[in-house]
Amino acid sequence: MNIFESFRIALRALNANKVRSILTMLGVIIGVAAVILLVAIGTGVQKEVTGSIEGLGSNLVFAFPGNIEESGAGGPGGTITKQFTIEDADLIDRRLGPDEIVVPVIQAAATLKVGNREMRTTVAAGNEYSGEVFAADYVDGRGYRRSEVQAASRVVILGSRVRDQLFPLRDPIGETVDVNGQRFTVIGHVASQGGSLTGDQDNQVFMPVTTAQRLLGTTDISIIIIKAADPENVNSVQAQVERILKPRFGEEFSVFTQAQTLGILSDLLGTLTVMLAGIAGISLLVGGIGIMNIMLVSVSERTREIGIRKAVGAKTYDILSQFVIEAVMLSVAGGVIGIVLGWVGSAALSTVVPTEITPWAVALAFLFSAGVGIFFGVYPAYRASRLDPIEALRYE
Amino acid sequence: MVENNDSVAAMCLDARVVLEARDVSKCYTLDEIEVHALRGVDLQICEGQMLSIMGPSGSGKSTLMHIIGLLDHPSNGSVTVEGEDVSDMEPNELAAVRNQRIGFVFQAFNLLARTSAQANVELPLIYSGLGGAERARKAREALERVGLGDRLGHLPSQLSGGQQQRVAIARALVTEPSIVLADEPTGNLDSRSGMEVMQILQDLNDQGITVVLVTHDPLVAKHARRVVHLADGRIVEEEIVKERYIARDRLAALSTEEAHR
Repeated sequence: MNIFESFRIALRALNANKVRSILTMLGVIIGVAAVILLVAIGTGVQKEVTGSIEGLGSNLVFAFPGNIEESGAGGPGGTITKQFTIEDADLIDRRLGPDEIVVPVIQAAATLKVGNREMRTTVAAGNEYSGEVFAADYVDGRGYRRSEVQAASRVVILGSRVRDQLFPLRDPIGETVDVNGQRFTVIGHVASQGGSLTGDQDNQVFMPVTTAQRLLGTTDISIIIIKAADPENVNSVQAQVERILKPRFGEEFSVFTQAQTLGILSDLLGTLTVMLAGIAGISLLVGGIGIMNIMLVSVSERTREIGIRKAVGAKTYDILSQFVIEAVMLSVAGGVIGIVLGWVGSAALSTVVPTEITPWAVALAFLFSAGVGIFFGVYPAYRASRLDPIEALRYE
Repeated sequence: MVENNDSVAAMCLDARVVLEARDVSKCYTLDEIEVHALRGVDLQICEGQMLSIMGPSGSGKSTLMHIIGLLDHPSNGSVTVEGEDVSDMEPNELAAVRNQRIGFVFQAFNLLARTSAQANVELPLIYSGLGGAERARKAREALERVGLGDRLGHLPSQLSGGQQQRVAIARALVTEPSIVLADEPTGNLDSRSGMEVMQILQDLNDQGITVVLVTHDPLVAKHARRVVHLADGRIVEEEIVKERYIARDRLAALSTEEAHR
């Protein structure tokens, strides 16, 4: 009997058992699609976030309060005993000289209100050089000026989603917004930027750091960002900043270059990807168990089928080739459909979450699902094919 | 071989021995208890014969049929098909012998589910390596022979029990085997369908095909010319049927009876 005949037998058998065939394929499809999709999300988010930091330029140095290396990759917040103030930023500015730009930054949550529309956002505050570090692309209006920083003016710049939500139909420039109960004037709004180091930039509002301090009732600032004039100099700038802060803070501060920050964030986001991959792995396992179940449940019927085929003259090779071809066709078809679904799904999701298809995830998911499908399709058949025909016929 | 042929002459007169069992025993363990299904059975089946193997349940008659049909192997003794000893054959060689020389009819039909009558009948021909067109033609012919020429595309679930058994008979004879083995072929059928099946088997025998019936039912057994009685794994009696039942006559009688009612 030739291979084409084996294919025809396998096709006939698949066609005669459509429900079983479809359920088996479904297991493979779900496993493959889930892995591709979840890993695509993990990778996509990681790429986008690190990309947005890289986009800021390679000449940035970040000073954080607290000893991040000791408190671990969890970042600031663990063992902060002393916060930075504006004076610290001014000191760094004076000591570094005129070529380097220093921006004290505050980040805090706030409630915005316009009329009866209300939303929770993040306030990101800096000085007049903020535009150098927060890459801002103005749709309309302007950034705040030095005078407004000095005077702690109540001016605010809206992120794109804040604008869409609070001023859906009108131009916000010159309008007033209620921030934590205080009245602010909108002086500009910026284009959509996507996610970033500091979270979703579109869901932020920007204001002078002094205004933010007054609004929040604090003299602290969150971090200090320094932009070196020459990217070559970041390491020397980092060393200088460390020397400047050391007398005041001892070991309770951390200074990172952009590259180091990227490394820390990559680790963090890598953990996220691993976690998503873990969830995907569980779907793969569940899909695999589903395939196994269907294959094992149908063993008794199939064992009788094998008995019948052997009684009328099928050789061991005939039986095995039929079952191998059946299992391979189901698994490969399911795998291909799963890949297509995962692909289409990632494309559809990319309007909401950044996604990127990873070849190893595709390969792993496909090989695992197909492997499970083929093994549980072939192994019981292999055992049945070795029985005496009468034992296979009697199998209950 | 020479000695073998002598004994053939003794038993079968002029006819050839199609199938021979020599001192066949079968012993297996069931729940740690040794069961002797067969204890030294000698049996010769001659070409053109219609033979019944009869016995109560547990007498070993099905086991004997499975062994002479090469579906099972004996614990002891040998089986010869058309003069060829099959005792030492590989499973694949046995498959080829079953495929070319033996046809089976089972009590439970054993058709492939969700597969058309025609495809079921084609099955043995696929494994004998016949081309598609030839296969289809032979399967159609076989189904026509059992009166199912108009049911080629029907699935087993769309056929009555009697029709399913006739599909199974068509599958058994499509390879033009030397012998057809039928294990309780009427066991799952009503009496009319049973008679129809017996009629087909008798017709086949009249056309020269050797038929072996395995049954516990004396009525069915009497359709054969020769009956071998089995009890506790041994042949206890052999008889030549004196008043053989002819299924065609009994069917006709049944129809008249129904017409009068």
